Amino acid sequence: MTVTTETQAIGATRVAEAPARPRFFTWRRFTTPIVVVVVLALLLLWVSTLQLDSIEQRTLNWSYITLRVGEHLSLTVVASALVAVLAIPTGILLAKTRSATVRNVILAIANIGQATPAVGVVILLAILWQTGYTTALVALVVYAFLPVLRNTMIGIQQVDANVRESARGMGMTPNQVLTRIEVPLAVPVILAGLRTALVFCVGVATIATFINAGGLGDMIVNGLKLQRYPVLVVGAVLVACIALLIDWIAGFAEDLLKPKGI
Amino acid sequence: MSESTATGITAIAQHTSGVEIVLDRVVKVYPGQQAPAVQDFSMTVAPGELVMFVGPSGCGKTTTMKMINRIIEPSSGSISIGGRDVLSLDPNELRRHIGYVIQQIGLFPHMTIAENIATVPKLLGWSKPRIAERVDELLETVQLDPGTFASRYPKQLSGGQQQRVGVARALAADPPVMLMDEPFGATDPITREKLQAEFLRLQESIGKTIIFVTHDFDEAIRLGDRIAVLSDRSRIEQFDTPANILAEPANDYVASFIGHGAALKRLALVPVEEATLGAAVGTSGAPTIEFAGNLRDALDVLVLTGLPAVDVVDEQGRAVGSLSVDRISAVLGAELPGRTAGSRAGAR
Repeated sequence: MTVTTETQAIGATRVAEAPARPRFFTWRRFTTPIVVVVVLALLLLWVSTLQLDSIEQRTLNWSYITLRVGEHLSLTVVASALVAVLAIPTGILLAKTRSATVRNVILAIANIGQATPAVGVVILLAILWQTGYTTALVALVVYAFLPVLRNTMIGIQQVDANVRESARGMGMTPNQVLTRIEVPLAVPVILAGLRTALVFCVGVATIATFINAGGLGDMIVNGLKLQRYPVLVVGAVLVACIALLIDWIAGFAEDLLKPKGI
Repeated sequence: MSESTATGITAIAQHTSGVEIVLDRVVKVYPGQQAPAVQDFSMTVAPGELVMFVGPSGCGKTTTMKMINRIIEPSSGSISIGGRDVLSLDPNELRRHIGYVIQQIGLFPHMTIAENIATVPKLLGWSKPRIAERVDELLETVQLDPGTFASRYPKQLSGGQQQRVGVARALAADPPVMLMDEPFGATDPITREKLQAEFLRLQESIGKTIIFVTHDFDEAIRLGDRIAVLSDRSRIEQFDTPANILAEPANDYVASFIGHGAALKRLALVPVEEATLGAAVGTSGAPTIEFAGNLRDALDVLVLTGLPAVDVVDEQGRAVGSLSVDRISAVLGAELPGRTAGSRAGAR
């Protein structure tokens, strides 16, 4: 019993003397969600003062909007998750491959995916394959692949050569060096790539409407075509707010997930 | 891993207090280069010996050292540790039984000090309590309070503290052999001197076989049992005790490496007890030199005070004789005997 207490006491002093974790709950950190809430409140207030005609009423209602937001988020999140699952391992393999040719070829393909205008990728895929959700998803993955791939590669390559050498010098196998040293140290850079990919996806998902895959693009395009500006404005503001919120959540996750000590 | 490899490694690990290292006609030629980086390097290092490799940058001293733990694979020749052929062992297993310290330290920034030190024991599959006990023991050995430092991260430590952790980490699994590549090179002069003194004290108690690479000849004199002065392609110009190298440099190259003040450097290696003492002067209030001190300190007192002779006192503070400049010169004039273990301890 006494022994247990003692161990706990030692543990406690160690924790106390460890550096204070960065503070998560500061005003600065919550600026983004506060701004988003204020903007959405103003938007709601403005729409409620308008006399909506029958066309506007068909889109500016809760069930329609939540459906479109749901589609938009689903496209964004599923595409980003697929990118993470595909691009991170590819980036690790590329960082470790000795063949410059393989590296250059894969980077070139990823570059083409991103350099082609997003509308082009979506429409081309729809023509070659089919319309709908799956096609939009594939287009988003192609488009957001590069930042994650490149950041994973760079994250691993930028690990201090001395750290790598001392790991090898102590008898770690190449796999142990990768999993225990290189990947953990690359996490902040990889997460930054994922954050970029997420924000890309929010924006590009508006294009899904052109191939009948839903999302907030529906509202924007309908608003434009039918000259119903309240519909257009609500769609555009919602996309912007989602982008800001997703970026904020990703930033929060970055701070939580990055290894302590670096 | 084959069974013979396993027994080979165990055999190395069982001699935790230092084993013999033999390098025989070791050659390293980098691909695409005509001239070898290391040419026909042969050397035998006795168990528990601290051998310094000294030479200008690019002479191949680091390459030679790194071939011992196969961070760099030799092109030809053989290397053995404790009679076991290093090249026939699994390189990863081999490295877990060789301590390795580099100038840039290479601590893992995302791991705590305790986790850094625990690296090799963890690779060797030690139990958690055994690792925790060993970490605390090592932190105390390198004079860092475990309660304060165990849970810190490397970037929260000063350069000197980081280097101590680097040494502790290399000692973690009690390897018989240590390879050190300019471990104190990146620290300021005061910290360096402190680390050197601590390191010597540590080595006296653990008696590892150590290869220590440096370009600082003074550091080599201070620390080494023997010094190998190397020139291009890791050619051994002279391999001898510090006292012998200072007294008789083998050639101009070695002499140029010693630089000025060879006599003063030699005096620092000679304890007072090796001089023939004159009668005690007994001037009250004048500075004295301890019997355990060295001749350089004695000369320092003479120059500083301007007195013809300085009294030598024993541990109880009783004057047992005196030293003059003539008597100090006489020691250097006589052939310097090779340093014995006793005289080394006195020289510090």
